[in-house]
Amino acid sequence: MAVAKYVCTRTKRKEDRRLITGLSTYVDDLKLPGLLHVAIIRSIHAYAKIKSIDISSAQKLPGVVAVVTGEEIKDKLGSVPCAAQIPDLKVPRHPVLAIGKVRYVGEAIAAVVAGDRYVAQDAADLVEVNYEPLAAVVDPLKALEPGSTVIHEECKDNIAFVTKTAAGDVAKAFREAEAPIIKQRMINQRLIPMAMETRGVVAQYQPGDKMLTLWSSSQIPHLLRTLVAGIVGLPENHVRVIVPEVGGGFGSKLNVYREEGLLAYLAMKLGRPVKWIEGRRENFLATIHGRDQIDDVEIAVKKDGTVLGLKLKVVADLGAYHQLLTPLIPGLTGAMIVGCYRFPNVSIETYGVFTNKMATDAYRGAGRPEATYLIERVMDLVAAELKLDPVAVRQNNFVPMNAFPYTTPTGLTYDSANYQNCFQKALEMANYKGLREEQKKLRQQGKYMGIGISTYVEICAMGPSSGMPAGGWESATVRIEPTGKVTIYTGSSPHGQGQETTFSQIAADELGVPFDDIIVQHGDTSTVQYGIGTFGSRATAVGGTAVYMALQQLKEKVGKLAAHLLKTDSSAFVLEGGRVTLKGDSSKSMSFFDLAQAAYHAKSLPPLPPKMEPGLSATAFFEPSNYTFPFGAHIAVVEVDPETGEINFKRYVGVDDCGRIINPLTVHGQIHGGIAQGLGQALLEEAVYDENGQLITGTLMDYAIPKSVDIPWFELDKTETPSPVNPLGVKGVGEAGTIGSTPAIVNAVVDALAPFGVRHLDMPLKSERVWQAIKNAKPRA
Amino acid sequence: MPGRVHVIAIINGEKREFLCEPLQTLLEVLRDELKLTGTKEGCSNGNCGACSVVLDGLLVDSCLVLGVEVEGRSLVTIEGLMGSDGLHPLQKAFLENAALQCGICTPGFIMAAKALLDKKPRATEAEVRQWCAGNLCRCTGYDKIVRAILAAEKSM
Repeated sequence: MAVAKYVCTRTKRKEDRRLITGLSTYVDDLKLPGLLHVAIIRSIHAYAKIKSIDISSAQKLPGVVAVVTGEEIKDKLGSVPCAAQIPDLKVPRHPVLAIGKVRYVGEAIAAVVAGDRYVAQDAADLVEVNYEPLAAVVDPLKALEPGSTVIHEECKDNIAFVTKTAAGDVAKAFREAEAPIIKQRMINQRLIPMAMETRGVVAQYQPGDKMLTLWSSSQIPHLLRTLVAGIVGLPENHVRVIVPEVGGGFGSKLNVYREEGLLAYLAMKLGRPVKWIEGRRENFLATIHGRDQIDDVEIAVKKDGTVLGLKLKVVADLGAYHQLLTPLIPGLTGAMIVGCYRFPNVSIETYGVFTNKMATDAYRGAGRPEATYLIERVMDLVAAELKLDPVAVRQNNFVPMNAFPYTTPTGLTYDSANYQNCFQKALEMANYKGLREEQKKLRQQGKYMGIGISTYVEICAMGPSSGMPAGGWESATVRIEPTGKVTIYTGSSPHGQGQETTFSQIAADELGVPFDDIIVQHGDTSTVQYGIGTFGSRATAVGGTAVYMALQQLKEKVGKLAAHLLKTDSSAFVLEGGRVTLKGDSSKSMSFFDLAQAAYHAKSLPPLPPKMEPGLSATAFFEPSNYTFPFGAHIAVVEVDPETGEINFKRYVGVDDCGRIINPLTVHGQIHGGIAQGLGQALLEEAVYDENGQLITGTLMDYAIPKSVDIPWFELDKTETPSPVNPLGVKGVGEAGTIGSTPAIVNAVVDALAPFGVRHLDMPLKSERVWQAIKNAKPRA
Repeated sequence: MPGRVHVIAIINGEKREFLCEPLQTLLEVLRDELKLTGTKEGCSNGNCGACSVVLDGLLVDSCLVLGVEVEGRSLVTIEGLMGSDGLHPLQKAFLENAALQCGICTPGFIMAAKALLDKKPRATEAEVRQWCAGNLCRCTGYDKIVRAILAAEKSM
């Protein structure tokens, strides 16, 4: 790396000025001449036959331009795509508008187009759908049973897939257990991602050149382009996707949705631009959900807490249809179930089950928070069973630092780590021993303080293409403009992460130009070379590396050009302070501006050599050789009020290792937000469907996301173990907080309730659930 | 549908006249009629605070106020916060403290914080957290937002 002036510094974000002044443009801020508005009629039943749809009244309402139903488009549009490849995976048809049946509340049935949002909604209310309700399949365990109603006629049962894997000798490990086998069923409840910006789509079609432009709030502009072209049957190069400012995603916009196909179709049909902005209730009903697993864990241990083997059975509620990655998420739980621990004997069974609910898919962490929650709860169960300190149990089972790269029994190779060191740092920050003493004293006073620990490892920087459904590389073009200004084009289209800043930091250091001379372009498929997107904590580790590699190519060209212009044989130049200077000879130096001018004018004296192309740009595609594996240790300290079951935070300590840090400001931001979302799962959030498949947590009044009053101050520190997988040494941090925090908080609450004999409580730990557990408890003597 | 109503209000210090439907919310009027798209829609039912504006010194969710209700009143939106000398101290503090990520809740937070500090220039951390409980953010975990508001207090 060049001299670091920006990398590793708290560089303020380029993005922020437009955001804090209200000058940014999200999809809903787009206004096009002649714009029509779309309202969608959605199913009120979880499972029903559509006997008829009467659109005549809606069509007659003044201002209505069109009403479309599934019948109209069923032969014209392809299925909503699923990218998963799993042997024998059942992939039922996923229509843009329902055909014949609806399979979850909120499923799109018809759409109204009108000149005004109010008229569109009024007309939508006039569409009469005649349903024949059917008994909904809501409980995934019942859906698995033979004889259950089958949700998709083309499938023989509701089991979308089953995978079974094992490593080592699990039976032997369980025979050799020195303590009773510890068994626990745990629920990773269904969550709603709830990005603050709902989804939104604007589509425009120019019939003359058959060009479709689609604006969408998406994490994956290029993949969306390829897949929407497939849905509507246009050649891919006739589709342009533009992703403007995106108001959060958390995986929920790592997808291709019905509305993207629908709006494309409507724009083509009507020859006018159309717009649909998802309402918040629609967002709850019809944007992907996360988690939703019933997990059964069994663990065999020695008396000292050493884990011998583990059995895991995952029943994953996939919902009614596959979205882009739906069936792949539960597999990540199995893959990461061994956590930071070294035990060779593991068996994993995973069942993906259809139910009459919205699809689950990648929500921040996507399979890994589930795994970390399970293994970290298990570590505490082991400690409780054997009356050991949970710290000692973890330390006893860690993969030792000299074992890296370490291949897990689930077939992954952890790149680099020092779990002991990171954990020790967290214990010291929290003053763990002191906390235990304090806990003892408080218990004598009838106060219930709990200390919860979680040590996590996650799989990031997704990833090598071999492990990804649609390419795991990322791309970057860096262009030095004729005036010496620099433009970076990245395929990692951000939605709040701050790549405009971090990628500019990397380029400013490498090229020695001012940070403010650099801009980062993203999200427009007609200007940016093909890319993959921002998800799986990959933007910096994969996208940033692509930028770094393009910069290396560019520097080589700069060196050759400078050597030519400055008449020297050496191409070893130092790029600093806006100048290109020969190493060891400051007399051979020129400004970046002059160099760029020469590259573009291509007529300076001496002329460019025959083999040197004019211009100054380079493109790189970075294919990582492995995933990265960030890790960390989180400690939550809570106090539970035994009268009310309320949980109050006393401390929250986290030490995270995400490899090399480009910008501490953005890294901390990711960790903070991650912890808050993990806290949400631990204490507050739960998407609840009733026995009829109605979502009864369908508004922000019923689904509680953490508020400012729910969150403690975070006491954070880091260790920094560079990843050998990429030249930046970066690992990724977008999901770490979510993964580390949930088990730390639940472990803290269960620890607080230990005097009541509580061994496990399922999330979310709302005060009523905690209070109930205390009420039902028989206090230990 | 009834006819459009003529409304006069002071918006960001300037007298503005506009026509709106009686059923249009203030949020829609701001975004669609007055082209002030800095105020964002998050839920349209008063649960998230993304559309917060200050009306006659009171913090309101503009999705819960009708456009016609601002007749004769004074309204401040995010677009009206910058003075002739540049960013408002709250905006500066949000920038300095990196108190935002995706940014869509940010105008609402800044307006909420402005309403608080106008009333209580030395609000405590607990008061800031309590006041901001009507504004949801899914990105930041609120830590840096609270820090930014406390920092802005010191600079004002």
